[in-house]
Amino acid sequence: MRKAVTTSALAATTALAAGALATPALADLTIASWGGSYQDAQRTLYFEPFAEERGISITEDDFVGGIGGLRAQVTGGAPNWNIVQVEAEELTLGCEEGLFVLIDYDLLEYDEDDFIEGAATECGVGNIVWSKVLGYDADRIEGDTPESWEDFWDLETWPGQRGLRRGAQYNLEFALMADGVPADEVYDELRTEEGVDRAFEKLDEIRDDVTWWEAGAQPLQMLASGEVALTSVYNGRLTGSNRAEGTNFAGVWPGSIYAIDSWVILEGTPDVELAHDFISFASHPERQAQLPEYIAYGATHAGADEYISEDDAPHLPTTPENLDVAIEFDTEFWVENIEALNERFDRWAAR
Amino acid sequence: MTVSGSDTTGPELRARLRRSRRRSTLISVGLVAPVVLFLVVFFVVPIVQMLGVSVYDRSVSEGMPRTAAVIGTWDRDGLPGEEVYAAIGEDLVEGQAERALAGPARRLNQELSGYRTVIFGTARGLPEEPPESWRETLIEADERWGDPAHLVILQRAVNPLTDYFMLYALDMERDIEDAIRLQDSDERLFLGLIQRTMTIAVTVTLVCLAMGYPVAYLLANTGGSLRYALLVLVLLPFWTSLLVRTAAWIVVLQTEGIANTFLMWSGITYEPIRMIYNRFGTVVVMSQVLLPFMILPLYAVMSGISHWNMRAAQSLGAPFATAFRRVYMPQTMPGVAAGTLLVFMLSVGYYITPALVGGSGDQMLSYFIAFYANETVNWGLAAALGTVLMVIVLTMFLLYNYIFGLDRMKLS
Repeated sequence: MRKAVTTSALAATTALAAGALATPALADLTIASWGGSYQDAQRTLYFEPFAEERGISITEDDFVGGIGGLRAQVTGGAPNWNIVQVEAEELTLGCEEGLFVLIDYDLLEYDEDDFIEGAATECGVGNIVWSKVLGYDADRIEGDTPESWEDFWDLETWPGQRGLRRGAQYNLEFALMADGVPADEVYDELRTEEGVDRAFEKLDEIRDDVTWWEAGAQPLQMLASGEVALTSVYNGRLTGSNRAEGTNFAGVWPGSIYAIDSWVILEGTPDVELAHDFISFASHPERQAQLPEYIAYGATHAGADEYISEDDAPHLPTTPENLDVAIEFDTEFWVENIEALNERFDRWAAR
Repeated sequence: MTVSGSDTTGPELRARLRRSRRRSTLISVGLVAPVVLFLVVFFVVPIVQMLGVSVYDRSVSEGMPRTAAVIGTWDRDGLPGEEVYAAIGEDLVEGQAERALAGPARRLNQELSGYRTVIFGTARGLPEEPPESWRETLIEADERWGDPAHLVILQRAVNPLTDYFMLYALDMERDIEDAIRLQDSDERLFLGLIQRTMTIAVTVTLVCLAMGYPVAYLLANTGGSLRYALLVLVLLPFWTSLLVRTAAWIVVLQTEGIANTFLMWSGITYEPIRMIYNRFGTVVVMSQVLLPFMILPLYAVMSGISHWNMRAAQSLGAPFATAFRRVYMPQTMPGVAAGTLLVFMLSVGYYITPALVGGSGDQMLSYFIAFYANETVNWGLAAALGTVLMVIVLTMFLLYNYIFGLDRMKLS
């Protein structure tokens, strides 16, 4: 009790000092997400209802990725943000560096088991699932449609250029799957030297037929213009293009690689309990199930499936049929090996 | 004799003169100060800081202080003694509790992939009570603690001053005896990358010169509305966003794009030619983007050359080509020097255009700087590569200064 009094006195002093310095009124919670139409959807579904329910104010900001900015906020004392949506890589790195408050699952409405595998972690709670799939333009392909990465490598049945994101990430996994490695053994294989050699040898087969893309919007443009016949592409953008541009792009789920974006609480956040409450609010399965109406990302609460509309389900990474045939992006592996493998990739590409 | 305030002789005059001089010096210093301050804060300091990051890194010495204190005693003859292993063990236990191991793990993993697992994997499984032998405990937790190569890297990394990144940026490394040597040929990357960057920059510069020279000549030697129209055509792309121009080129050059459609329609080719996402596309788009930087200085120099020179040469019997080569061209050299220098310096640091229209074998130095700075947070290597780029540009600049002389160069 006494501690509570001191804390609130301290908070009052801080607020006074802040007022005296004419800084904007302190919000109860500051949340940073990925901006654009995605954050618009989050505002409607999570931010505004939560602020209303609790009678608090929420300030928003844009996060563009990168561990550097988060590190600067936390090491600089009181962070400007309280809750941030981060990608798997930042979650791993930031957790190791102690930038995030450890999640207390007792403070959440849900247990770790209520979430899909890999979503409930020490430092963060999964929020959305996105996926990288094999994509093609259904209007341009006659006859059989491709169904696997093995088909992606089949230049005779499906002639034309292949689109892949420049770099080693994802492509080594795809190459191994095309070479017959079962999806659940891909990362075990990649952890051996022979496995990496094998992946690069497989990439050799289509070396001259690959157009490497850089930005996430490029593969859609390449599909639309016929520059490539098949490409790796983010599932959300594929569906987004079909909805907005009326294209007839299709995605192949077997062999797709999914990753989870998570909510984290920055170390130094004053009201950790309120932050947990928000995360709990945003993990509500029925609420999560509404997000796909705006953008084709999957929900992290395992129970959200039953609330998702039939129209949306086939396009989501988390629909059981899609999830069962996919593998999760192995952040640990890539954080450790990205430099060496990307350097090797460039030597391979320049040869 | 009256003594008044307006006495204009002797020491007082000198004092007043000095005062007024000091004041005018102060005023001029005050006028220049903001610019100098701006340059120092936003130009000199970041560059010095960048150079610093490439040779100075305290992450291991701060994250593993006990190890840093004792590992220097290891003479690399066999494995280190218990004292060193105990320091490592205690650092890992404490670092794990305080989440202080991320810095050392990242730094060590930069030198040797897999070191992160060695650090975190070991730290997670260590006993709370100090074991009898730290050496055995650590090697049991991860056999790589018994590998001299891993320990040598640790021993070097505890020293904040490091030449690792600079050496690595030049495809060099220190072997186990600390001798500097070139990496094995199948491990090299950056020397080839520097060469590739130079090749692309020089090619783009030459293409710009070949295309820009005639345009500048035309600009300088026609009058009226034609010159005006030409000038607008040169400047218009200059005002258009780089990304928009790059995207426009994709539309023109792609497989089913305008260029290929025209070539096949006119019967020149029978199947589409690959003109983008390769070196050809990179050079074409970069040249178009940088062309104004060649044309404008050339135009500035050429418009200052009197056309009587050429007439005089021709009236003395020189054919046009000879007159052009021996009379006109030498006079345009300051413009050529300025234009090529500008285009070369801009293209050597190019990033977004090759990223969007180049193939994977066409990425330049800045692509890797961005990769290490943004994606893998390896600022040491990013800074070292930045230093390499800066040295290239400075060398080029000094070379030009030596050959052409800066004061004779006309930039626009």
